[in-house]
Amino acid sequence: MIALSFRNVWVEYRDKVVLERVSLDIEDGAFVSIVGPSGAGKSTFLRLALGQEAPSRGHILLDAEPLDPEPGPDRGVVFQRYSVFPHMNALDNVLFGLECAGSPGFGRLLGRPRRAARDRAVALLERVGLGHSLKAYPRTLSGGMQQRLAIAQALITRPRILLLDEPFGALDPGVRLDMHVLIDELWREHGLTILMVTHDIKEAFKLGTRVIAFDKRRHDEQAPHRYGSTAVYDFPLDEKKRQGVPAALEHMLDENRAIG
Amino acid sequence: MFKWPRTESSRTCDLNLELAAPTMRRLLNARPRGGGQVLLGLLPILGLILLYLLVASARHAENPRDKIIPIPSAMAAAVQIMAFEADPRTGEVPMVADTKASLRRLGIAIGLSAITTLVLGLMIGLLPYVRAGLGPLVATISVIPPIAILPILFIIFGLGETSKVVLIFLGITPVMVRDLASHVASIPEEQIVKAQTLGASTWLTLVRVALPQAMPRLIDSLRLALCPAWVYLISAEAIAADVGLGYRIFLVRRYLAMDTILPYVVWISILAVVMDFALLSFSRAAYPWAHTERTAR
Ligand SMILES: Nc1ncnc2c1ncn2[C@@H]1O[C@H](COP(=O)(O)OP(=O)(O)OP(=O)(O)O)[C@@H](O)[C@H]1O
Ligand SMILES: [Mg+2]
Repeated sequence: MIALSFRNVWVEYRDKVVLERVSLDIEDGAFVSIVGPSGAGKSTFLRLALGQEAPSRGHILLDAEPLDPEPGPDRGVVFQRYSVFPHMNALDNVLFGLECAGSPGFGRLLGRPRRAARDRAVALLERVGLGHSLKAYPRTLSGGMQQRLAIAQALITRPRILLLDEPFGALDPGVRLDMHVLIDELWREHGLTILMVTHDIKEAFKLGTRVIAFDKRRHDEQAPHRYGSTAVYDFPLDEKKRQGVPAALEHMLDENRAIG
Repeated sequence: MFKWPRTESSRTCDLNLELAAPTMRRLLNARPRGGGQVLLGLLPILGLILLYLLVASARHAENPRDKIIPIPSAMAAAVQIMAFEADPRTGEVPMVADTKASLRRLGIAIGLSAITTLVLGLMIGLLPYVRAGLGPLVATISVIPPIAILPILFIIFGLGETSKVVLIFLGITPVMVRDLASHVASIPEEQIVKAQTLGASTWLTLVRVALPQAMPRLIDSLRLALCPAWVYLISAEAIAADVGLGYRIFLVRRYLAMDTILPYVVWISILAVVMDFALLSFSRAAYPWAHTERTAR
């Protein structure tokens, strides 16, 4: 089944073309890694899926319906930074999604519904390893714990797709490995459909069931902005192929190394 | 968060390195500790008081009827009259009546200002349409020097309480609105998007995401606005009033009554400090997340 579908999508800012002719079908249950050089439009692509931005041409379908033109609870998101609310403790951050759904007027649940929501939030926080930090404010959590919290917060509303924009980009290598285990397990347990932007090509191939690379197909030396990026590589991976980076993308790996 | 034990590490450095750099630290790294800090803060204040006493007693010795720099006993006598004895004409203790009147004006104005700032600041900061509509107006109003429109206020609202409250309100609100709006607008886009992906409507984003994050900032800017608020209050009272702290000091100025003016100024300062401290304590208690990680640097 196709979860998310891009039909000849373009993104242009005035005369600057960022994305051009993007046509992709994302399968239900896929873990799609998105790679590409800086400025290739990976975040723009995610913003499209999020509804934070509308394509200047083409259209996007979610479960065969036109995508809502603004962010909504069917699409969860985790950014590299600022994903959690600094003024709420860990538990309240996760509860927020349930409180919005249950109390459109005040955003607060009381009594039995609150206890039920709290139990769910606590269970999810325990699942991501934050069972001991329910009352902690994000500022007092480490970077890895903040991202765990952000993931739990995004999952509580059971989104149709989960969008991750360099979620582990700011983490230490060791912490990053722990996060890989966590996100892989959650993806399996919850049957999630994930789109993840990453700069780390090894991470892309380790976690993804499909790797899409964005880059410019054409270059105009005089006017580099005239051509946009599109999906230049699209690798479906089965379980056996995961882990390895194909030769066609090795140069990108080198580029990324060069950038640092 | 992990902090390097500063003093420890520098000590081990000194022990381990034969060629240790001179142990003199840069001035910008030398910090007073604990009690030392308090003492250091008290020194200039005590110094000033001492200087005043020296000058006052010297002048008193020369001319016992000197009014310009009164000695403490003269001020104590004035305070006795102003703060503890009822005025036979009005039946009220002047300083109490003045304080009540002034704080009432200040309180109403600051309260109205806080509410207005919260509503406008949140909406301008969060909603692009309101920003486009009201932003330029607020920016324009905030460059008008409020004292310049005081005559207009007197003409419109008369010489009573309203014009004084309106002056304070107009004096502090536009700047606070601008500050709060820009603070709300600088809430990372990621947070606003995140709220929407969690199902928050505009209203819920406003009350659960923007409002709580705006409150500590509002309190901060109220604390800063206290000073101009007092300025406007005292100016308005000096020009047209029959009671109030500002009214009193400008009244007794005619008799060169420094022995009354100085205690009044001290009293005004105490009130200002208490208000400032109350706001800070409230913010610390109600919004602890905004005050963690604030180190004494
Ligand atoms: N509002 C905008 N107006 C004009 N240009 C924009 C706008 N937003 C993004 N761009 C441009 O679109 C291009 C793609 O940006 P995007 O953030 O999607 O890249 P990215 O692939 O996520 O890069 P990175 O890897 O550095 O995060 C960039 O060249 C950027 O300058
Ligand atoms: Mg990006």
